Amino acid sequence: MPDRSNLIYCYDGSFDGLLCCVFESYEKREIPADIFSPDTEQTVLLPQREIVTDPKKSARVLASIPGKMGNDALDFVRHAYLTCLPRKELFILLFLRMGFSCGPRVMNMLADDVVNTLFKAVKHLTNEAHLLKGFLRFSVFDGALAAEIEPKNLVLPLLAPHFRERYPEERFLIYDRTHSMALIYQPYRSKIISADDFRMPEPDEEERSFREFWRLFYSTIEVQGRHNPKCRMSHMPKRYWSCMTEFGAERSTGKKQELPGGPKLLNGSGL
Amino acid sequence: MDVFDKLKILTDAAKYDVACTSSGVDKKASRGGIGNATACGICHSFAADGRCISLLKVLMTNACTYDCQYCVNRRSNDTPRAAFTPRELAELTINFYRRNYIEGLFLSSGIQRNPDYTCEQMIEALRILREEYRFSGYIHAKAIPGADSVLISRLGMLADRMSVNIELPSQSSLKLLAPDKSKHSILAPMGYIQNRIQENTTDLVRYRHAPRFAPAGQSTQMIVGATPETDFQILNLTEGLYKKYKLKRVFFSAYMPVSDSALLPSTDTKPPLLREHRLYQADWLLRFYGFSANEILDAGHQSFNPYIDPKCNWALNHMERFPMEINRAPYAELLRVPGIGVTGAKRIVAARRTGPLNFDGLKKLGVVLKRAQYFITCGGKIADGLKITQDAALRSLMSDTALGMYQRGAGFEPEQLSLFEQPRLTQEDVRKCLTGQI
Repeated sequence: MPDRSNLIYCYDGSFDGLLCCVFESYEKREIPADIFSPDTEQTVLLPQREIVTDPKKSARVLASIPGKMGNDALDFVRHAYLTCLPRKELFILLFLRMGFSCGPRVMNMLADDVVNTLFKAVKHLTNEAHLLKGFLRFSVFDGALAAEIEPKNLVLPLLAPHFRERYPEERFLIYDRTHSMALIYQPYRSKIISADDFRMPEPDEEERSFREFWRLFYSTIEVQGRHNPKCRMSHMPKRYWSCMTEFGAERSTGKKQELPGGPKLLNGSGL
Repeated sequence: MDVFDKLKILTDAAKYDVACTSSGVDKKASRGGIGNATACGICHSFAADGRCISLLKVLMTNACTYDCQYCVNRRSNDTPRAAFTPRELAELTINFYRRNYIEGLFLSSGIQRNPDYTCEQMIEALRILREEYRFSGYIHAKAIPGADSVLISRLGMLADRMSVNIELPSQSSLKLLAPDKSKHSILAPMGYIQNRIQENTTDLVRYRHAPRFAPAGQSTQMIVGATPETDFQILNLTEGLYKKYKLKRVFFSAYMPVSDSALLPSTDTKPPLLREHRLYQADWLLRFYGFSANEILDAGHQSFNPYIDPKCNWALNHMERFPMEINRAPYAELLRVPGIGVTGAKRIVAARRTGPLNFDGLKKLGVVLKRAQYFITCGGKIADGLKITQDAALRSLMSDTALGMYQRGAGFEPEQLSLFEQPRLTQEDVRKCLTGQI
């Protein structure tokens, strides 16, 4: 097989487009040196070939993956596509070529460089998504929830099912600053849209006081005799802090907050 | 008193309880409701002491009629007191939950008036959450020893996990430091919860929609370092609790001096954090690695080795079982190799089906070769250029900190000194105790 190490594929950045690159690679019996999306910074002077996204071709490739190498492999490739791994397209193509020739056992070939690189990248993605399920902070505006995140990978598709299950009756929005995308949900429907220039609205009195309550809880729960900032940092890297309520300083009043909801809450048996 | 002050007082009073996981149960919100729980648990933040925050951990009240010496909320302690109303607590929980600050609620309480009254207050808070808000998030409730079993049962139907704290690892210590509690008053509710969980499992087999009693099981906590029990005794107790009461977790809490009692270590004692760490490592070996307490420590070795972790320690004492051939050793054996964990062992088993593994491949699977290489062969060969000497093996098994200690000999820094002196200190305590000095 001719290894066309001097040829670059250019696709439109979509998953379907990537599958068309796989189709092309089989049709022309060649392996490109790299695959560029519109976002790739192009610094090479190698010849480039535009791969046009053809739904028929991508559908054929898509249908053949579970048949040849199992559903796990398809899930794996879909996840790999969401990662921030440099040259992920080429690794996915190489992985699929291996899968087409050796079948489902490709998923166990963990000591192989291509498989291993993708496994690590997917692990990074799922790990980041898992952390954000916890570290993401909503604010309430007019009864709806809004949050901002700055992930390295495209985590919104992984976060969607979790938050849909958590708040089935709420309206919410999660804005991904890194990729200028947003997940929006209203009862029983959600979608991911691209959105530039999203700005969080100003918090109202009630929102500010709950932030204050949370900061109070956060600072009180520490056992001072066990102070260990290094341990905290390894569990919760600093890059997440910028979007987290407990590390934000409120510009507001500074006066002590009452629990919103008014006096009805406060007629209890304070000692 | 407003809720802000209550939250401060009741968080401060609850923070010494170490249980904080939200794992063990998987469920979704019902339509019209709010909240889910995931089996793996989710940490929402980490406090500056490095501990995970996943639950709103507070007391219903810190007013207590008991006078346990090790407890910050004991009757005789001069500390501000507060109590949430059930509704305040429920609303605080829901508002924190909506903002994704927490995974649920961890509710414990001092004994206000009597155990039954206290338990009723907790039940009411949980009822508002479950029935009015239709909250399906995680709730961990502390069973109140001495409360009527009907109330405990009701609490368990509302909570995901229940716990009764052992507090101190022996009856004599309890008698000394927690005169209002006894082995019986702790083990009775633990046994009761265990029975209810078991009955409930049978119900669930018969009726699919039977309401669930504490579906995430039961846990407990004990304080380490306040009393003279050895690591070996504590580990045996832990093993017994897993076996006899089917506990999901046993938590250990390094004793943090909170009172100046003649019965307790002095208030300038550093908490035995290393000892606590070793206990958790050993606990992991019991739960996931197929070790028994007797393999980890024995009557002749009552304390953990301060320099190396329990698994490495075991391996060094059982060199006759090594080296192990990585391409043939069964899963259970792989788990016993230092540097190979549960994930690594699973990956090895999967990967070697596709072809033989070498050292380079093992590294890619996440095996810590620095430690593992002294205990394995790949295709019958040991790692290239490796000279197996006892000293080299020992050094590579130590953590960087421990190695530093070891190399510097006696010249420890004061802070670290207290950690590493701990096992010896404890044995001194034992001696004192035996001779009646404590």
